[in-house]
Amino acid sequence: MNHQRGKQSIVFSNRPYVVGAAAVVGVKEGQGPQRKWFDFILEDDIFGEKTWEKAEGKMLKKAIDLALGDGRVPEKQVDLLLGGDLINQLMIANYAARDLQIPFLGLYGACSTMTESLIMGSVFIDGGYASNAVCAASSHYCTAERQFRMPLEHGNQRPPSAQWTATASGSMVLSGRRSPGRNIRISAATIGRVVDPGIKDVNQMGAAMAPAAVDTLLTHFRDMDRTPSDYDVILSGDLGNIGKNILIDMMEKQGCPVTEQYNDCGALMYTDSQDVHSGGSGCGCSASIFSGRVIKEMRQGTLRRALIMSTGALLSTISSGQGESIPGIAHAVVLEAEGGE
Amino acid sequence: MKNNKTKKQEAKQYEAYVKEFTPKPKVLVNGVKAFITGGLICAAAYAVQTWLIRTMNLGEDAAKTWVTVLLICTAQLLTGLGWFDTLAKFCGAGCIVPITGFANSMVSPAIEYKAEGPVLGVGAKLFSVAGPVLVCGITASVVAGLIQWCMR
Amino acid sequence: MEYIKVFVTGGMICLIGQLLLDLTKLTAPRILVIFVVSGAVLQILGLYEPLVEFGKSGATVPLPGFGYALAKGAMEAVTEKGIMGALTGGLSSAAAGITAAIGFGYVVALLFSPKSIR
Repeated sequence: MNHQRGKQSIVFSNRPYVVGAAAVVGVKEGQGPQRKWFDFILEDDIFGEKTWEKAEGKMLKKAIDLALGDGRVPEKQVDLLLGGDLINQLMIANYAARDLQIPFLGLYGACSTMTESLIMGSVFIDGGYASNAVCAASSHYCTAERQFRMPLEHGNQRPPSAQWTATASGSMVLSGRRSPGRNIRISAATIGRVVDPGIKDVNQMGAAMAPAAVDTLLTHFRDMDRTPSDYDVILSGDLGNIGKNILIDMMEKQGCPVTEQYNDCGALMYTDSQDVHSGGSGCGCSASIFSGRVIKEMRQGTLRRALIMSTGALLSTISSGQGESIPGIAHAVVLEAEGGE
Repeated sequence: MKNNKTKKQEAKQYEAYVKEFTPKPKVLVNGVKAFITGGLICAAAYAVQTWLIRTMNLGEDAAKTWVTVLLICTAQLLTGLGWFDTLAKFCGAGCIVPITGFANSMVSPAIEYKAEGPVLGVGAKLFSVAGPVLVCGITASVVAGLIQWCMR
Repeated sequence: MEYIKVFVTGGMICLIGQLLLDLTKLTAPRILVIFVVSGAVLQILGLYEPLVEFGKSGATVPLPGFGYALAKGAMEAVTEKGIMGALTGGLSSAAAGITAAIGFGYVVALLFSPKSIR
């Protein structure tokens, strides 16, 4: 049986189960409107560690541990850890993997890492190459900001289009076997292409990623022969307020309006009074809302079918230093809640 | 593959399109804030300078130097305490353009890279933002001196 | 009266900086460089000295004043000591400020740790 739909989409015949999920977030995110959906909120962003990087590693491990506990899957039974972060050479994920001793494949998709790892994990499980896999992604304001922009204490004003890197980690446990009472499955996915609209301003990330997100969405609907109304919710990763509005406008111009069920994790993460300008960003932004809110809502039965799509701005300090434009990418995953209680 | 020219044109078009969705910075409010806070810092500096000349019997040049040193130390201390960036968020250029901004730009990366050690962390990063300022400023001064020499 | 002159001069220079920040894509470090160099260039052209006489601290405290001090030092040293002055004059005129910034900055950086989000 052919699992491909079109060139970019795949459907899973064995449809892997999401048996566990957890989201860990920082102080500011824990004060935001999504507060009640998170499993663990840090009291201090340094998390008792000496460096921000170690704190982020600990946060990621915490999210993985909680997700394993949630799915009642012992660490020993996990065959594969897939995940990544934003810091050079995946420093954070490497730390977490060192502590966990689960076979590890590090992934980098900038902020698109969460759905990237979900797709990879689903392929492994669907093909029978792993029984249980953990998919995770993480970002931390204090580690990302100094790598990509300016030091924390540097006096400056952020432009209105700037986004705030979320201090957050999300993790999901995928399994080939269902566990009692849990019935969320991954049925399909669309792997995105790199789309570069030519934006060079590192404070315009949402605008840089929006065309990639639109491309992935349109491809998904075409490949799967579906429309936006087939989904209860369509959530993009971290386009922020500006990128979200661009996406809505572009989709409408393409004759495929998404307003009703569409939202963006970056736009959801904070309130306006938290002074984050265009909203949240970072791998952890979509990872924590997918693992926290979406999974919980599906378990509660308020959502039946969700299209989640992390979006990534594939820039590096070298590329932005050399004045290159920012390539964008987006990967979509279909989650389905199965049966009623 | 599209050629470079059409790519550039498309990028420009997209940039203009994006602008429609981007909120404008509050130029007027920010400008007024910068004007007032920047003016206040300069006026305060002048007040201290006058006071030093009057009560400490310092010459004008010495007083000026002391004021500069005081401003730098204050800004750096505020940076260390983590207050400067909050201040800068309000004042904008009002505290970035005075010498206080220069002082902040030295300490902020140095604190940030403390974990990399006192030599290659703090020592090197003191100059990651301020270095270019010093390099350009000192080079300009040499040029100024050379021009003066030629015109003698 | 003096204070008003100081306030307006300093305020105007900061206002120019704010407009550069808001209306162009220049980042703060680039603006610092532009200001220092423009102070030096204006001094070479003989335009900054009158501004200092008018605005006092309002012209010397902002960064163009730093460039002005560097350029002025070099130009005066050349008049006194000849060509060698072009190399020594700039730094020696700003020596106290630069040394304080480096020395005190180093100490502050060693004493404090970066703070998280407010």
